[in-house]
Amino acid sequence: MGLDIRYPIGLMFGTIGLVMVVYGALTGGDPMYQRSLGINVNLWWGAVLFVFGAAMLFFARKGAKGTEAPKA
Amino acid sequence: MHTVALGGVDYFVLALYVAFVIGIGWVLKAYMKTSSDFLTARGSIPAWVTGLAFMSANLGALELVGMAASGAKYGIATAHFYWVGAIPAMVFLAVFMMPFYYGSKARSVPEYLKLRFDERTRAFNSMTFAVMTVFASGISMNALAKLLHQLLGWNYHAALWVCSVVVLLYVLRGGLTSAIYTEVLQFFMIVLGFAPVVWLALRDVGGWGRLNETLATVATAPGKIGLNDRTFAPDAWTSAWKPLLGGPAANPMGVDVFAMVFGLGFVLSFGYWCTNFLVVQRAMAAKNMSAARRTPLIAAVPKMLIPALVILPGMLAVGLASTGKDGYRLPPKPIKSFGGIVSVVKATATENLDPQAAFARVSTAVGMKLDEAKVASLLRDAPTLDGNALEYRIQDSVSEVDFDGVILSLVKKYCPSGLLGLALTALLASFMSGMAGNVTAFNTVWTYDLYQAYIAPKKSDQHYLGMGRAITVVGILLSIACAYFASNYSNAMDVVQLVFGFVNAPLFATFLFGMFWSRTTAHGAFFGLLGGTATSALFHALTLATGNAPGIKGGYLGVVASFPSEMAQNFWLASFAFIVCFSLTGGISLATKRTKTDEELKGLVYSMTPRLVDDEKHWILRPAVLGSILLACCVVLNVIFW
Repeated sequence: MGLDIRYPIGLMFGTIGLVMVVYGALTGGDPMYQRSLGINVNLWWGAVLFVFGAAMLFFARKGAKGTEAPKA
Repeated sequence: MHTVALGGVDYFVLALYVAFVIGIGWVLKAYMKTSSDFLTARGSIPAWVTGLAFMSANLGALELVGMAASGAKYGIATAHFYWVGAIPAMVFLAVFMMPFYYGSKARSVPEYLKLRFDERTRAFNSMTFAVMTVFASGISMNALAKLLHQLLGWNYHAALWVCSVVVLLYVLRGGLTSAIYTEVLQFFMIVLGFAPVVWLALRDVGGWGRLNETLATVATAPGKIGLNDRTFAPDAWTSAWKPLLGGPAANPMGVDVFAMVFGLGFVLSFGYWCTNFLVVQRAMAAKNMSAARRTPLIAAVPKMLIPALVILPGMLAVGLASTGKDGYRLPPKPIKSFGGIVSVVKATATENLDPQAAFARVSTAVGMKLDEAKVASLLRDAPTLDGNALEYRIQDSVSEVDFDGVILSLVKKYCPSGLLGLALTALLASFMSGMAGNVTAFNTVWTYDLYQAYIAPKKSDQHYLGMGRAITVVGILLSIACAYFASNYSNAMDVVQLVFGFVNAPLFATFLFGMFWSRTTAHGAFFGLLGGTATSALFHALTLATGNAPGIKGGYLGVVASFPSEMAQNFWLASFAFIVCFSLTGGISLATKRTKTDEELKGLVYSMTPRLVDDEKHWILRPAVLGSILLACCVVLNVIFW
């Protein structure tokens, strides 16, 4: 099949992560973070999502160059 | 109930997700040339993708919501659905059964039954399966639309239709392939969306050790937070096996070890995971035999760990509620309409009744169990409260727990704008993956096992492709109809689910005989299955769980035996149905003649099929080796949470 699902997954989580990081940075110190126990969870979790998305894209690129499909 | 407002960033995350799932369908449209591309996606998809889809198709909204509810009600023992139930069955499917599903020419599970036995068994299985998938998807849609209405104040009808249309758009364009690909995306969405919520709740409780201590005090007096009327040993919520060994009275599930291991672990789980086309279909789409066999094994890895995401939240909610931290409580059962109640409360507040009479009057008006102290203070404050605040306080005084609301109550408590969007998207993703799973299984069974087999055989492939697409639309419309049906007649819905329980319980015996005993005859299979189904119905009619009135919950023909809980009744029902189906199929087969020759059974029965040579490059990737490793991990988990 001509679609490597890692591209859309990588793109989507990369974008969501980036948006959450920016939003977290802009709203740092907002009282709404009392809900998340004083942690700026948008900033931190956004970063995790971004790294996850980037890793997916990286492996998709690597997989496209090699011939072998990835082992699960 | 107070609803939560979504911010712009939350809508952005939601919209982005919707755009991606529809986009995937759009891209895949170009590859949908034949009916088999659309309906079975045979031989095209790598194992890690089908594996995650296998797992995700089952991780619907009902599973997420229901497992958190059970985690709250029963504690860690809920994990038996995974560590005793699902994993061994998935390993069995991969190692022993997949070679016959994938190796035969069957395009679906009912079609396997036709090749192995005859048309009768296939017709019975495909019809019940088709109806069951539509109802399952309807029930889950109704549950989701209700949750969205309660939590966000979204319009019930709008939520129902918009979600369905999104699923329709990507399934209609990309067929099963698109459902499988989006299920992988949804899998990551569900995990990454709920993980931070669980982590925050765990941190708030004070970690795993603290949670164990708190739950130990809860177990000795679960009535305090409306959990259970009985009392238990301190480890009832935190040990998986010890409370079970103490017999039904010692654990909140009210289940004994035999019912758990044989009823759930063997009959129900193997029946679901090894014969349900919804999940088997994912494995059958894998690109080759070895990928097909690895599919359930790959799925088993996340499946083993998923209790941390779906059961733990329920336990955390109980822990939080018992300490009453920040005023958290288990969500009360929602009041459907405040109309008459508000006026009764206002009237009662102005009259000077004695507290007990006033409490009784409000209780009758609400129609649920209420908290006496909260009603007293509500009546004191009522004259000064405005409409919204009054409704909030009335709702808060309900002491019956809405277990299905547990997971959303945590989302509400811990998610600031941003993370809130992510968690809600995860919920919608779980719903869509479940629905797409049902719809894609339904359209295949309808097109190949009912339409092509009985209504319009020998048409061109393009004709069946067109039918596949048309029935996808019909399937979604039928699901919506079932959702409305479920919202209006919840009793009728219970009956429907019950009947499917009857049909499913004996099914695994039929497959076990079919695949591993060449002597099994078509008569044996068909009448064995009918007999097993009839046994379930009869068993249900003659038994009852304590606390239930005879009727829809069973016992309407007289109560011969009673069980300590509905779950125990259900597990024993499955065990009986299985044993009867097993004996009948065996006995009738011995008494009747085989109609299929050895040659016809090649590829369908173990003894008639050449041994598969495991050709994996590394011995560690062989299904039997991987399966053994998984089972060993399962044993370790059971020992850790003993």
